[in-house]
Amino acid sequence: MTAAFSDKVDIELTVNGEPVEGRVPAGQHLVDFLRQTLGLTGAHASCEHGVCGACTLRVDGQAVRGCLMLAAQADGAEVWTVEGLTEQGSSRDLQQAFVARNALQCGFCTPGMIVAAEDLLARGGVPSRAEIREHLSGNYCRCTGYEAIVDAVEDVAQARAGKGTA
Amino acid sequence: MKASAGGYARARDVRHALDLLAASDGMGRILAGGQSLVAAMNMRLSEGDMLVDISRIAGLSGVTDEGDVLRIGALTRHAEVGADPLIRAHIPLLAAAVDYIAHAAIRNRGTIGGALAHADPAAEFPACVLALGATLHAEGPDGTREIAAEDFFQDVFTTALAEDEILTGITIPKVEQGEAQVLEEVARRSGDYALTGMCLVKRGAGHRLTVFSVGPTPLLAQGAMTALDAGDIDGAVAALAEALDPPSDTQASAAYRKHLAEVLLRRAVARIGEQQV
Repeated sequence: MTAAFSDKVDIELTVNGEPVEGRVPAGQHLVDFLRQTLGLTGAHASCEHGVCGACTLRVDGQAVRGCLMLAAQADGAEVWTVEGLTEQGSSRDLQQAFVARNALQCGFCTPGMIVAAEDLLARGGVPSRAEIREHLSGNYCRCTGYEAIVDAVEDVAQARAGKGTA
Repeated sequence: MKASAGGYARARDVRHALDLLAASDGMGRILAGGQSLVAAMNMRLSEGDMLVDISRIAGLSGVTDEGDVLRIGALTRHAEVGADPLIRAHIPLLAAAVDYIAHAAIRNRGTIGGALAHADPAAEFPACVLALGATLHAEGPDGTREIAAEDFFQDVFTTALAEDEILTGITIPKVEQGEAQVLEEVARRSGDYALTGMCLVKRGAGHRLTVFSVGPTPLLAQGAMTALDAGDIDGAVAALAEALDPPSDTQASAAYRKHLAEVLLRRAVARIGEQQV
């Protein structure tokens, strides 16, 4: 290998508010680093080519595919997983709405759904059901048929909008 | 499956990236947003790449007004292209195309330069820049050069870029007074690659029509353009049918793709008419 390239890359990043350091293989994606090195197994590695959305994370404020971003590229980034959102309590209403609306069965897609839905809800206002479906179109659920997930996101959008104007 | 990269290096600037490419013994691979490359690596369609990560190079991102054209940095992300006020005002086709590209989380990372250099025949941006008559800007060891969109797309995943060159930006003419631009496509699900798609631009100088996901590169349908200039829609449909020889695959048969192209052309012509009323 030429000296300019490394097969292991040193990274420093923030994960769920905590500073983290690591030495990662050049080709390792971010979800494997989170799951295997940090033990944060909330984001799931499933299709690993960007189709299913189970690995969706928040990186520097935006929802991204954890399987399509190398851990090496996350150097300096601020990463949030469903564990951090849960601990912080910022998604508690959305998580409770998922339970109340039966928006999950096996739960495999749920962490990705939560992060993707928060990405939409962060824009404010109350999105239409069509907009919610479109925004979640990259997150597969094989159990619910999606209707209950759209219900849950719509409930939370309405509740948060109501809170904002109260 | 898991990726098998040969190595990784983060470029500080374009010169550094070019030096890294030169030092890679022909195994260099530009990594930008990674939304196609990392997927290909994970599936082991690409192994042993020496990754040159250009994603942090300052100055390769963003949109600049250069008078008659907009310059779009290669690292401008799809979501930024879709939301940019200059692009929305002056190149509506490009902003409209973003809604068809994959899903929100992918649009947050994917870059327009990456999409063009990757040259997926089913992707929207290559067909857009061909329809718009864009100029692509590349930089290599011997300096910079400009490549017309007509000359850029050569084959499946193959462009006019040399192995030691990097795509740095795209310039696209601003929409003229009275110009209309529409994109039409059919995909099975929102965010899927198009089974067939097309871009239609109507300018003072005439129509420009490109069709994608029907062959190894986006197709500039010149016969149909000439017929549209003459106001002959049936003639344009016939010329397009003549020009197309799409593949059959697991997604769609060749006959179905040809059928879609005809339907989409008629829809696009109708929408162009509505835009101009």
